[in-house]
Amino acid sequence: MSDLTRKTAVELSELMVSKQASSVEVTQAHLDRIGAVDGSVKAFLHVDTEGALAQAAAVDAKRAAGEKLGPLAGVPLALKDVLTQEGVPTTAGSKILEGWKPPYDSTVVKRLKAAGIVILGKTNMDEFAMGSSTENSAYGTTHNPWDLARIPGGSGGGSSAAISAYEAPLAIGTDTGGSIRQPGAFTGTVGVKPTYGGTSRYGLIALASSLDTPGPCARTTLDAALLHEVIAGWDPLDSTSINQDVPPVVAAARNGDVSGLRIGVVKELGGEGYQPGVEARFHEAVELLTKLGAEVVEVSCPHFQYALPAYYLILPSEASSNLAKFDAMRYGLRVGDDGTNSAEKVTSLSREAGFGDEVKRRIILGTHALSSGYYDAYYGQAQKVRTLIAQDFTKAYEQVDVLVSPATPTTAFAIGDRIDDPIAMYKNDLCTIPSNLAGNAAASFPCGLADEDGLPVGFHVMAPVMRDDLLYTVGAALESALAEQWGGVLMTKAPELEVTR
Amino acid sequence: MPSITREEVAHLARLARIELSDAELDHLAPQLDQIITLVGQVSQVAADDIPPTSHALPLTNVMREDENVPCLTPEQALSGAPAAEAQRFRVPRILEED
Repeated sequence: MSDLTRKTAVELSELMVSKQASSVEVTQAHLDRIGAVDGSVKAFLHVDTEGALAQAAAVDAKRAAGEKLGPLAGVPLALKDVLTQEGVPTTAGSKILEGWKPPYDSTVVKRLKAAGIVILGKTNMDEFAMGSSTENSAYGTTHNPWDLARIPGGSGGGSSAAISAYEAPLAIGTDTGGSIRQPGAFTGTVGVKPTYGGTSRYGLIALASSLDTPGPCARTTLDAALLHEVIAGWDPLDSTSINQDVPPVVAAARNGDVSGLRIGVVKELGGEGYQPGVEARFHEAVELLTKLGAEVVEVSCPHFQYALPAYYLILPSEASSNLAKFDAMRYGLRVGDDGTNSAEKVTSLSREAGFGDEVKRRIILGTHALSSGYYDAYYGQAQKVRTLIAQDFTKAYEQVDVLVSPATPTTAFAIGDRIDDPIAMYKNDLCTIPSNLAGNAAASFPCGLADEDGLPVGFHVMAPVMRDDLLYTVGAALESALAEQWGGVLMTKAPELEVTR
Repeated sequence: MPSITREEVAHLARLARIELSDAELDHLAPQLDQIITLVGQVSQVAADDIPPTSHALPLTNVMREDENVPCLTPEQALSGAPAAEAQRFRVPRILEED
């Protein structure tokens, strides 16, 4: 049989339904692939070989017994290490959680298991999801399968690299400022940030609670939609979960008809600071959508230029509060408990030893922004800017159905290039951050390779709250039109990784 | 004049319970100065009469029936503890000696 790791989730499901392959075979093929290439990609922090094969065998047994199974039953998946999975090490890329095995499943994991999806292991990420390259992980950097000398994006670089390296057909990421979409763009894959509240945060180790959103990563639009449907929907364990039906994402991905759809190109997300090859592919994609019947206009969102500074006040403020729970008392690293140090001293020593530079920078920044005397000028003002950004979206959606932009100003950069320049690193997320602040749905779809460096470019689509289906409509239309030009999805152009054992 | 001094960073680190070394202070203080200059751009926006948004979507209070549901066992709850004793978290002393 041809290589199982090259199949989409939909194709794998068809093979299993028609009994041409078992889930154990599919899972083993991906475990073998991880063994062969992860030494150079380093997408995984933990591979749960036994657990994955046991889950796969259980799905095979259910299928043999004639039980009715979901469309993704038996398909393997890579899970970002920020979501708890009972009994499986969960670190969020931090030394402070090294060796921690959570005693409970996150809601996302519960739903994956209920759908019969096989969890292969936990993927690398920037520590506590703070970063855009995975270079802030305490466990080393993930490498971009398109060019191993480059970063895969972040924070969910491990999840996107895993699907781009054919180590898994599906992955879960979390998006606080672009951590699903930016790595998707950098690895030539699909990354979707659902509407805030559309997917549950229960069991997601919180970075910024008003922004964090789990979502699907895949190599095709339809695979992403099927995974989206599995994890989305109301959860009583998350007080900000939306109690409404999941938007019809799978139907939209199957249909992909953009005729008559009104698309707004955001004027402010382009021009200076944007790589020419990124802009070229983006504008070609817009033209293609026009040919497919979409009505394209330019739209201005004047406050988007302040999204980055507002975000770097709101996020650190929430993070400094969320990360206060790492106090070395109930779980995680404890340092300096020698019988003489006080609890407060042990907390301070443990946090010093357990947190990396970026986490320290953001905790201190957040502490500053929330301190009396600065609160109104920083955090309070940032919240007002957040209102203005949400109003820009509302006004734009009076004219158009979706907004579009490049997903990132540049393609993937070299490992080490921006690690000691926080501001250059932050600017990766210029296009993705506004949707987190406003809570609307957004996604990145592959739209070609930049001429300068031959690296993937992401096409960013932003849809109104709970209109996640529109993302998939645009993504599916673009994907099939581009696949016609290329003779397959963008990933088929990726270089072959050297196999080592 | 920097937007934040080395001494202020040291003070904030103490408030945040992070025992920064001198070398880290030398490294982080100038970076934080740059970042605070960046984020300070929010003050350029005229927003006096704009209401603040703490959350992307309208929040409503969520209520539920007060019912017993399964929860963690003491063993599970203590499974990640750095130190446990007599089915409790053991912590360093919390009072100063004097």
